[in-house]
Amino acid sequence: MATTMTQRLPKPISFIGWIVAILLGTFALAAIAFNRGESIDALWFIVAAICVYAVGYRFYSAFLAAKVFALDPTRATPAERFSDGRDFVPTNRWVVFGHHFAAIAGPGPLIGPTLAAQFGYLPGTLWILIGAVLGGCVQDFVSLFCSIRRDGRSLGQMARDELGPIGGAVALIGVLAIMIILIAVLGLVVVNAMRHSPWATSTVAATIPIAVLIGLFMRHLRPGRVLEGTAIGVVLLLAAVFGGGWIDDHPTLRALFDYDAPALALMVIVYGFAAAVLPVWLLLAPRDYLSTFMKIGTIAALAVAILILNPQVKMPALTQFIDGTGPIFGGNVFPFVFITIACGAISGFHALIASGTTPKLLANERDARFIGYGAMAMESFVAIMAMVAACVLDPGVYFAINSPAGVVGADAATAVATISQWGFPVTADQMSALANEMGESTLFARTGGAPSLAVGMASIFSNAFGNTLLSVWYHFAIMFEALFILTTVDAGTRVARFMLQDLLGNVARPLGRTSWYPSVLICSGLVVAAWGYFLYFGTLDPLGGINSLWPLFGIANQMLAAIALCVATTVLVKSGRVRYVWVTVLPLVWLVAVTTAAAWDKLFSPDLRVGFLSHANDLAARLDAGTLTGAAADQAPQLIFNDRLDAALTLFFLITVWVLVVETGRICHARLSGRHCPPLAETPHVQTRLVES
Amino acid sequence: MGAALQKVWALLREVTGDDAYDRYLAHWRATHAAEGTAPLDRSSFYREEQRRKWDGVRRCC
Repeated sequence: MATTMTQRLPKPISFIGWIVAILLGTFALAAIAFNRGESIDALWFIVAAICVYAVGYRFYSAFLAAKVFALDPTRATPAERFSDGRDFVPTNRWVVFGHHFAAIAGPGPLIGPTLAAQFGYLPGTLWILIGAVLGGCVQDFVSLFCSIRRDGRSLGQMARDELGPIGGAVALIGVLAIMIILIAVLGLVVVNAMRHSPWATSTVAATIPIAVLIGLFMRHLRPGRVLEGTAIGVVLLLAAVFGGGWIDDHPTLRALFDYDAPALALMVIVYGFAAAVLPVWLLLAPRDYLSTFMKIGTIAALAVAILILNPQVKMPALTQFIDGTGPIFGGNVFPFVFITIACGAISGFHALIASGTTPKLLANERDARFIGYGAMAMESFVAIMAMVAACVLDPGVYFAINSPAGVVGADAATAVATISQWGFPVTADQMSALANEMGESTLFARTGGAPSLAVGMASIFSNAFGNTLLSVWYHFAIMFEALFILTTVDAGTRVARFMLQDLLGNVARPLGRTSWYPSVLICSGLVVAAWGYFLYFGTLDPLGGINSLWPLFGIANQMLAAIALCVATTVLVKSGRVRYVWVTVLPLVWLVAVTTAAAWDKLFSPDLRVGFLSHANDLAARLDAGTLTGAAADQAPQLIFNDRLDAALTLFFLITVWVLVVETGRICHARLSGRHCPPLAETPHVQTRLVES
Repeated sequence: MGAALQKVWALLREVTGDDAYDRYLAHWRATHAAEGTAPLDRSSFYREEQRRKWDGVRRCC
């Protein structure tokens, strides 16, 4: 994109253009960083972000492509060498970009920034911009590069090849663990958005039969007609949003869709199991088509709306909660902002995509820069928009929606009093008027980020595209979020099931057969039970399960990024690029510092809302002393067990990171001192025969 | 204008996989036509395609 532009423009003009971009970006960043007024134009965020990504792409990714990786356009890619018209297909770079972006951009970049806005807009915004340009984009790019040079191998296989069996095994189990936590926390986000909301619940429920209908249409009536099927599906989804409003007004129908969080959690669990064992064409594949269209369409509309409307960001740059007392999740700004925002800044999960389907489609190695670095910059931009959408809300409203009842109090009067006393004025009337406008009974304590994002999006959309139907926009936003969260739940359960079958296949051969139905049922059941457990007890947690599950997910995701960067570092060292090794070591060191600090806090912090163990011990002490009564006393043993389980998982993630880092150090040292280590697994150069189109 | 719209439409079909079968046929004619076998029909191709597509990590957080 940028390269073709510079080729076309005469040198001095392009030079001046980049100077302007750098100055404008610096000015916008300074405006954001030093603003201490009441509010600031959202446009500054957009300008700063676009300049940062453009400059990062133009200069840093060019440096990576030319000097560090030495991308070679004459080298045949796996897509060309194994071209089979199916798995390996040399594909138009824009098409690969579209696929890759659709695959990496899930709900993460929308939810993380929304939660991290409790620190104020500044820490999250800076981390999203800097983290993406120097970390996330580099990780995606390098993973893609390594995989292209290895016949499109997966991260797990590359870890085994480059780091040896220990690294490979640790990477595989790590991926499985992160998947379980990810699905649980995403399930919790959807459940919190649907809790006692017949409109949201019925609309989200309607997406299931709609997906099935489209699945049948594309299987039997019009096989493979993706565009026709999707167009019908999108119309039906919009009808479902309006239909939900009708159900919400209907006194008897409304009761059929009115559930509390634990009941909804059980439904999501049953749904997840069904989706995992049903054939993909019936539910998963059509739902994925619909969610991809919705996702890209809605995100594009949000960008346009923010540009038209230029809303005011009302959140302060920094809040007092950087000291760790935040209501949404406990913990200091360091390390928790870096854990809370994973996707959008650096997300290890991307390494799985960048080493999965994408490398099998690249027609030319040179495109790895545009796809790997570029698509991540785009995802990071989505995160910036989510940050804007969270911060255009009145801070008082933002905290009222996102703070769990266990922190601010269960009834409206106490909650608004607590939040106003923090310096974020909000009234019960304001909240009930807002809930009424959004077509909800209440917006208090709707933790998880989805509802507050939906309120932000609804107000932006209705202001930009006509100030009516706030409630429809709100439920449209909820439907859009739920649609692709549930796609991730389905797809994640399926992948985790394959991995588990692969693992168990080593113990009992038949379990490894992915098409043997008893094994499918057993392994799907085990996977669903695992995430279902965390999800269900997350809904019972008085502090709102997000407080414990989201940091756990963040740590796991950053751990996966650390694994990918370890593999990449080893590759750079082995291929004689030691002097450039800082490009992966820099983000790696940062991630190891962040995950270690966060894991340590989650394990040993004396703060009851941060440390799993101190929370467990406190509950145990109070249970023994008999100061807990009723439901609290009944749930306490379970919560204590959960805390200890969460602590064990955190410890596991911590050990995983360090085992990988030590292995990487050992192998790099062996290589540099000329001792034996696994050889570089790169495939030899084959001259490309593809003619540039 | 017409040509530009056609180009966008073609790109949209390619991105969404709407023309996957046509592409498969083109590939088959180019490389396997001499083998004396028949290409998959549209419906079986679509089935195969979905099975293959969902065999790994497809969606992220």
